[in-house]
Amino acid sequence: MLYLGDGADPRTLARVQAAAFAIEQALGDELVDIVPSYASVLVLYDPLRSERRDIARRVRSAAESPGAITAAGGKHVVLPVYYATETGADLAPLAARAGLTTTQVIDLHSAVEYRVYAIGFAPGFAYLGEVDIRIAAPRLSTPRARVPHGSVGIADRQTAVYPSESPGGWNLVGRCPVPMFSPDTEPRMPVAVGDTVRFEPIDRARYLALGGELP
Amino acid sequence: MSMTVLQAGILSLLQDTGRYGQQRLGLTTGGPLDGMAFHYCNRLLQNPGDSTAIEISVGGLRLSAQVDTFICLTGAGMPMTINGEEKALWEVHPVAAGDILDIGFARSGCRAYLGVAQGFDITPSFGSTATVVREHIGGLRGDRLRVGDELPCNTVRERQRLYLPQPDRPRYQNTLTVRVIPGYQQRHFTRVEQRRFFGGAFEVSERSDRMGYRLEGPPIDCLIKGVLSEGICHGAIQIPPDGQPLVLLNDRQTIGGYPKIGTALSLDTARLSQIAAGGSVHFAPITAHTAQRALVMAHRFLLQRPLRERIT
Repeated sequence: MLYLGDGADPRTLARVQAAAFAIEQALGDELVDIVPSYASVLVLYDPLRSERRDIARRVRSAAESPGAITAAGGKHVVLPVYYATETGADLAPLAARAGLTTTQVIDLHSAVEYRVYAIGFAPGFAYLGEVDIRIAAPRLSTPRARVPHGSVGIADRQTAVYPSESPGGWNLVGRCPVPMFSPDTEPRMPVAVGDTVRFEPIDRARYLALGGELP
Repeated sequence: MSMTVLQAGILSLLQDTGRYGQQRLGLTTGGPLDGMAFHYCNRLLQNPGDSTAIEISVGGLRLSAQVDTFICLTGAGMPMTINGEEKALWEVHPVAAGDILDIGFARSGCRAYLGVAQGFDITPSFGSTATVVREHIGGLRGDRLRVGDELPCNTVRERQRLYLPQPDRPRYQNTLTVRVIPGYQQRHFTRVEQRRFFGGAFEVSERSDRMGYRLEGPPIDCLIKGVLSEGICHGAIQIPPDGQPLVLLNDRQTIGGYPKIGTALSLDTARLSQIAAGGSVHFAPITAHTAQRALVMAHRFLLQRPLRERIT
């Protein structure tokens, strides 16, 4: 495990991405898997093939190489979201708790240019940050057994689109009709770590026209 | 050519050695919980080591063969019959088209591996056939085996009837000491808490599954509630706010934010996965160096025990 910082910020993330890239180049097929996240890179190797200290030395030198310090640029992605009570069960309660109208919550959520800090937990689940402090909300004390795919949720200062139906405890504010994970088509995901994402509010008709589903 | 599922059992999953290189997309590895029993299944059948076999949890699988081939069952002590006649585990047996293969419930251990000569012929997804039900990926339809499923496999006429001699077969017990490499978040646990962890007796919870084994015992207190979400390796031992250790296994989520006290040696997580709810677990600290040596020794000896041939 390699740490490159201790917070969610774009500079640390750029270092994480650059280090992950350099480590991949340095280890070649000795790399079993690699998991970059907010401020860390988990490097998996085969202890029967590679020697631990040798791997550690090569990982450190790759992460410190000058090329690894330059920031990697990501692409910008716009994701449409139908914000409504019928797609976002927590939209009204979240607004009430924040002392805002639901329209204000939608404006605040869609105004920010988010960054993809990590992908994980489930296939295609992208952690986006950071949500405006005024609409940051803790996870539900009792997670829902079933969150529909495409649901857009908020947990603390993170937001995400659930790629598939799963249990979940994030506060749901809307639903995105764009698939976040397609196992059989390239690219498998519309976003990658380091990309920037903005949510664009759409109405019910547009949501349905884009292939969105309703319960 | 295939075998047909007549009865699917508690949880039967097609598995190869697992899905690697895809954690960046959030895909976990899957693969056999007991890598050693899986290894012997393919080795006895003279298959490549990553051939697809069925991981049977607890038991209750019934198949009918539409093909002449050879099979082998390794791992947990599940009684096996072919057309009602009892057959030994850790041994290659011929089956013929029309035969009924019945696997009962485990008398010791929890996971058994049923392999077939040349492996089951399953289309890989993301480079692997390993079934991860939570992700709907691998196996057939990304799902567990169901009644009526057809498991493609080839006609095989020739195979040595190999077996692993009795003294070399693992004996699955309901107590285990798991060797743990103390982790990079160890400093978040006081000495007292570390002593509680390494000195305590833990019980395997009923809420244990392929994602992780939950252990119940003296609650371990951590100085922090969580860490910024980061990658989680196989065997990582998380301490959630309730203080009850969670040993993360093959179907774990790829990143998470609970603090980790250390990482369990894979040789021992294989044995852990053979323990049923109520079994007793202790933890013992080892260095990363000792762990690497233990793995090398296991691969040189434990997994290379000589096989014998049954001459009939």
